[in-house]
Amino acid sequence: MEVKKSPVLEMKHITKTFGSVTANRDVSLSVYPGEIHALLGENGAGKSTLMNILTGIYAPDGGEIIYKGKHRDIHSPKDAVALGIGMVHQHFRLIPTLTVAENVFLYSGKKTFFLHRDEMEKEIRECSSQYNLQVSPEAYVWQLSVGEQQRVEIVKLLHQGAEVLILDEPSAVLTPQEAQSMFDTLRRMADSGKAVIVISHKMNEVMTNADRITVLKNGMVEDTMPASEATVARLTSAVVGERTLPQQTTEDAERGDQGRLGEEIFVMENVSALNDRGLPALKGVSLSVRAGEIFGIAGVAGNGQRELSEVIAGLRPVTEGSLTLSGKELSKASVKEHIREGIALIPEDRLQTGLVPELSFVQNVILKKSDSERYSRNGILQEKAMHADAAEYAARYDIRHGGLDLPVGLMSGGNQQKLLFAREVSGKPRLIVAAYPVRGLDIGAAESIRGILREQSRQGTAIVFISEELEEIFSMCDRIGVLCDGELMGIRAAGETDLKEIGRMMSGEREETV
Amino acid sequence: MSRYLRFRKRTSVSALRRVMTPVISVLAALAFCALFLALMGHEPIAVYGKMISTVGSTGGLSRSIEAGIPLMLTGLAVTFGYRMNLNNIGADGQYALGALLCAGFALFGPVMPPVFKILCMFVIAMLGGALAALIAAFPKAQWGVNETILTMMLNYVFLYAMDYLVYGPWKEPGQMVAQTKAIKEKYWLPDLGSTGVSSVLVIVLLIAVLMYLFHTKTKWGYKMEVIRQNPRAAQYAGMSVRTATLLTLCMSGAIAGLAGFAQVAGILHRVQANLPDGAGYTGIVIAFLAGLNPLVVPLVGFFFGALQISSVAVQLTGVPSQVSTMIQGSIMLFVVAGEFFNRYEFAGVKSKERA
Repeated sequence: MEVKKSPVLEMKHITKTFGSVTANRDVSLSVYPGEIHALLGENGAGKSTLMNILTGIYAPDGGEIIYKGKHRDIHSPKDAVALGIGMVHQHFRLIPTLTVAENVFLYSGKKTFFLHRDEMEKEIRECSSQYNLQVSPEAYVWQLSVGEQQRVEIVKLLHQGAEVLILDEPSAVLTPQEAQSMFDTLRRMADSGKAVIVISHKMNEVMTNADRITVLKNGMVEDTMPASEATVARLTSAVVGERTLPQQTTEDAERGDQGRLGEEIFVMENVSALNDRGLPALKGVSLSVRAGEIFGIAGVAGNGQRELSEVIAGLRPVTEGSLTLSGKELSKASVKEHIREGIALIPEDRLQTGLVPELSFVQNVILKKSDSERYSRNGILQEKAMHADAAEYAARYDIRHGGLDLPVGLMSGGNQQKLLFAREVSGKPRLIVAAYPVRGLDIGAAESIRGILREQSRQGTAIVFISEELEEIFSMCDRIGVLCDGELMGIRAAGETDLKEIGRMMSGEREETV
Repeated sequence: MSRYLRFRKRTSVSALRRVMTPVISVLAALAFCALFLALMGHEPIAVYGKMISTVGSTGGLSRSIEAGIPLMLTGLAVTFGYRMNLNNIGADGQYALGALLCAGFALFGPVMPPVFKILCMFVIAMLGGALAALIAAFPKAQWGVNETILTMMLNYVFLYAMDYLVYGPWKEPGQMVAQTKAIKEKYWLPDLGSTGVSSVLVIVLLIAVLMYLFHTKTKWGYKMEVIRQNPRAAQYAGMSVRTATLLTLCMSGAIAGLAGFAQVAGILHRVQANLPDGAGYTGIVIAFLAGLNPLVVPLVGFFFGALQISSVAVQLTGVPSQVSTMIQGSIMLFVVAGEFFNRYEFAGVKSKERA
């Protein structure tokens, strides 16, 4: 799209430091009305900080913001909203017990004593039909799916009269279909003259959906280009610099080598389970994994993946069917027994389940093993051994931390995940279930995580690998099973299928297992 | 143009600031109360002087410590529960049941060698407190019933049971006051030398130290911390949150029950009507002022004991006893507000231009 207007927003030479860390250094950014502008970069590149400055959450140390041709000081999100700048945060700011209409009006700045419910709902309907944002104003937010909640956030901004909309990693929480419809909506808003800024670290999505792309690296602008001139190579070199990606080809070759696979050690037969709301989430799932095999679970998120991973780890009761590891029946066993038998789970929400963010690196290392002889004797914690192991994990897996006694919540997502892997792998598991292990990680961290999994598979560990990224599944896995609505639609050897077939199965087409 | 104060989050807090902030907060609270005292026509300096000299006197000091001992124990009990996010509001009732069973055993139980008898009284008081807590702990662990409500409502059950016994069957004959007979002197814990302070203080301090070590050095303390911070992660790691909940609440109750032991074996040597006198609730305040640190709880408990004793003394000079309650409340408020300065620092005044 040709953009010839003057920019609606200019950020000039923005600098921001936190203590000794420089989050943004001399960053300049221009955004034009009618465009979707993507901010691309690894975790910690300074994208979120820059947008938080724009929305008044942080004050910049230097630089200026020019909005509609005038110099502006934005001191608070309220100031930003008054100017017409609004942001959809990664973690939504909605009140679950209120309806959609009430949530939208909470932020509208209209201060009338009585609520005019009909009027509120009418306004929201108009707003949502204009941009084809399907939301029902009278629904309660807790009833909505994540994608619907995101639409409410967008409606909230539009209703506030936002001209510049910022979305922080909007596709991270969405299924691929939902993401596409979200980008369609954004395009519609851009076409009506609004400026849209999308923070992302997915190159493909940015190349297909944005008009212009600005790449941030280490807090500075590394490159900026129209999307039409962007190539994967150019973006990759801007995002990660000269760092080389590990060669995939040898790994791929190895995938085909079935000789390294051992015998079937993990078998699920006809396993069913309920979700948190008591509805069937897994329906008669049968699969088996061989030692050293990476078994991929493909499918749109929310089709039973979470329940599957929890069932295997013993966190969720099995209502029907059997689950055995090396012939030992585990469907009625406790979590503790699962751990003892050598089943390790990398949960999809590492900070809510896998780690305790408030506790230190060292304390997280012993999470599953505080009863072990190594870490406690007669109940007394063995600080020396704990620290030694923590230091060893940090060195072996290159985990960056501010100090082994500092809370892990302060570490970056990639380092948290590495710690989680280091801990789980150290237990010498026979089966690892990894749910979305690289989601939200930057390229470097994601590659180290995949490396750890490959290394484990070489050592004969069976792995169940759950992911939404089909390319990743194809490059990692020996066999692929597709989950749809709690059922396993089919199982394929990675070498004997293609994206199309898996895609069909993801959309619910059942195919005979070969 | 408007001007506003700016604050910045502190990156670190020095040890000096950690100690000084509450001290300054307490002084500020006293200054605040002085204002009220002056408005009511009292001489604040004279009132405070009287309070300080009361606590400073030898008799006053030992009475302050003895008044503080049950508060230290309920403070420790509440602390123990909160270390796993369990609100034990029932320390009053647990204290009462602990005291009743302990005194009942001392008065009506078998004759034994004193050391053995006192040991049994100790254990029985703990069991009593634990039993009182168990009634709330079991539904909490099993079905997730709110322990705040349960423990609080149970207070009435045990306090009224206590009233029934001390006004009724256990009442000391021929006495005006509702209280039991004193237990036999050979079952009293000795005083510490000639200080007039019961040696039960040593037990309390020992419990505080043991609790601190339990939290920081043992795997059980570690597990409590994991469950407190992230129950889901605890489940994921194979810990039994249910068992831990049951044991932690019972242990909290057992420590509150020891306040009953402290009174019966160490201080009053009998049970009186309304013996806990709100110690369970004061214990909540103490636990929080101590920052849930068991080592600090005895200090804060002593401070509250001293407030009680000194307020009785100033009453004689015509100052209403409510003043003591007001001072307690103000101190709480100022200390909690003072925490702000441990977390944030002043970053100057900035003028703000409205867009």
